[in-house]
This record gives sequence, C-alpha cells and structure tokens, in this order.
Amino acid sequence: MSSRLLIGLALAAALIGAVVPPAWAQTAPAVLQAAGSEIAFTTRQMGVPVEGKFGKFSAQVMLDPKKPESGSVAFTIDTGSARFGSAELDAEVPKATWLNVPKFPQAGFQSTAIKAAGAGKFEVAGKLTIKGMTQNVVVPVQLAQTGANSTATGSFSIKRLAFKVGDGEWTDTSLLADDVQIRFKLVLTGLAPL
Amino acid sequence: MSQSLTAETLQPLMNVTTTTPAPYTGVAMALHWLLAVMIVGSFSVGLYMVDLPFSPQRLKLYNWHKWAGVIILTLSAARLLWRLTHRPPANAPMPAWQARAAHAAHLTLYALFFAVPLMGWAYSSAAGFPVVLFGMLPLPDFVPVSRELADALKPWHGWLAKGLAAVVLLHVAGALKHHFIDRDGLLRRMWPAFTRN
Repeated sequence: MSSRLLIGLALAAALIGAVVPPAWAQTAPAVLQAAGSEIAFTTRQMGVPVEGKFGKFSAQVMLDPKKPESGSVAFTIDTGSARFGSAELDAEVPKATWLNVPKFPQAGFQSTAIKAAGAGKFEVAGKLTIKGMTQNVVVPVQLAQTGANSTATGSFSIKRLAFKVGDGEWTDTSLLADDVQIRFKLVLTGLAPL
Repeated sequence: MSQSLTAETLQPLMNVTTTTPAPYTGVAMALHWLLAVMIVGSFSVGLYMVDLPFSPQRLKLYNWHKWAGVIILTLSAARLLWRLTHRPPANAPMPAWQARAAHAAHLTLYALFFAVPLMGWAYSSAAGFPVVLFGMLPLPDFVPVSRELADALKPWHGWLAKGLAAVVLLHVAGALKHHFIDRDGLLRRMWPAFTRN
C-alpha cells in the first residue's frame, strides 16, 4: 500500500467525518408540547373504572428514532396536578394515604434502555419513582410523525401497592384494584425522522 | 281484564255488605312491597352515606346504593308495564277531591320512581364514576364526564329523593287514614295477608 493511498484514505475519512457527524451529535433534545399531550390513569373501585389526569408534567427526550439504543427519556410529573371528574377525589388524592403530595411533590421516570420493537414501535425500560419508591417498568411506545410533530402514545399498568399508593384500610384490592392503567399521549417537536 | 271489570261492578254491593274490596294482583302486591322496602332502604343509606368521610365503608355504600337504584329503576319499569296492562281494583267510596289527590300522588310517585334513580345515575356518570352493576356489568353513561354538569345534577338527586319521601309519607298517611279512620277496607287491596280470607 503506497503512502499516497494511505494519505488519500485518511483525507477521505476526515471528509466523511466532517460531513456525517456521529449519531450522538444528531440527537438534540426534543421539546414536549403541552397542547395535545396527556398523561391519564385509570383505577378500578369495586369494578368501576375511575379516570384521572395529570395536568403538569415535563419531559427530557433525547432520541434518534433510527438509533434508539443511544437515546434517553426522562419524565417528571407534578403529583399535585392529578384531577378527576369529582372534586372529592381531587381533594383526597394528595393526602398521605395516596400520593402524599406535600412530601413527594413529584413522581419521575428515567429510562435505562430503549430498543426498537417494529415500525415506529419502541420499548422503553426504565425506573419509575412514586412516593419515593422505585420500580422497574417497561413502557411500550408507538411513535407517529406528521410534519414537525411526533406523537408518542402508549399504555402500561403498574401495581399501586408497590408504591404504597392507598395503604392502610385501602390495601384491600377487592375494593380498589392493585393494577392502575397508565395511558399517555405526548406531542414532541424536534425529534429526528423515523 | 273482564275479571277486574266484574270486581269493579261488584264494588258498591261489596261495600254495602262491608266485605273485603277486591285485591290487587299478586304481582302488583309483590312489586309494591319489594319496591317499598328497597326505596326506604336506599333512601336511608343515601342519607347516611353522604356524611361519611372518604373510606372503604363509604365506597361500598355508594356502590350498593347505585346498584339498588338500578334495580329500583328496572323493577319500576316492570311495575309500570304491569299497571298499564292490568286494571287496578276499584277504589273505596270517597269524596272526589280525595280520589283526585290520591291519583295525583300515585302519578307523582311513579314519575319519581324513574326520576330519582335516573338523576343519580346521571350525576354519577358526570362525576366520572360510571355505574357498574354488581361491580361486573358496566352500564352506559348517558351524559359526559363534566364537573359543571355533576355540580348541577347533584342537588337534584337529593331534592327529588326528598320529594319522593314526602309523597311516600302522604301516601302512607292516606292509607292509614282509610284503614283506621274511614275503616273502608281500602288497605286490604294491597295487604297480602287479607287476600286469602
């Protein structure tokens, strides 16, 4: 191999490097759009589905949909922003038995591994922290893009008792089911194309 | 139908001889007393549960109250159908205004048998608690979940229920007056123990 060829290859490599930056450099943080975004949850009280919504949450999303392994997703939810159809529940849920908002004003999620799971589908594994207790969860996410907007939707269920949500006399799961269904729809801008 | 007509034509004669007036049908009596017990029970539970603090006990009573309401609604529909297809026995002789008042009270009772549970159901749906019969059979919401609507409907369920209680008291007072003051045997139309005599 001649030295001229080596220099040529080195130059070519340098050029490619300059034109095509490494994957991590492409991943700018996406911006969560409040309008259209929603985090809702459904509990079951004696078989009755009761839905609540969180009004305030923020997200830090660094994700190249083409290279999900290198991405990361983090969420922070204001526990005091939970709203129901009834004022009675709005007043009840911040209490210590339930979300204990004065002591734990925020719940959070931090991804540990993201992998592709088919067209526009991802599996986001991570740690969910509620009331100071952390559990591993795997969240299936479906990503759809229209124009500048990316919409991530999905649902998964958690066990409320693993987070001591509803303790004392409320541990009876025949009255209040252990499973809580969480449903989300997040509108993001600034995400790279699928 | 012809049987009831016969009973009605016989009524004046029966009163003269002070025999027992013709009774309601067994189905009408069963529905009357079953609904009487359920309505008084639901009303009492309703008055009690609203002041309870948020607790499993409150949750249970609310759900039982709703299930009872759905059963009352269903039985009332069956009862109305039965009433419309079976002529009731003749009335005891009484001043026309009393007969009219009794008739108006009956009409009001029937209207409230439907209005009270329907209003409770609507309120529950509007407040984001769909009614699930026995915790297993989800019933449809016929109003959307809305804080404003829930707040507007909530007092009406209570007012109508108290209105129903007031008309029930009037109805009971009338029946007792006929039995103990007029002594016209009217109560025997609806009193199962007397029908066999």
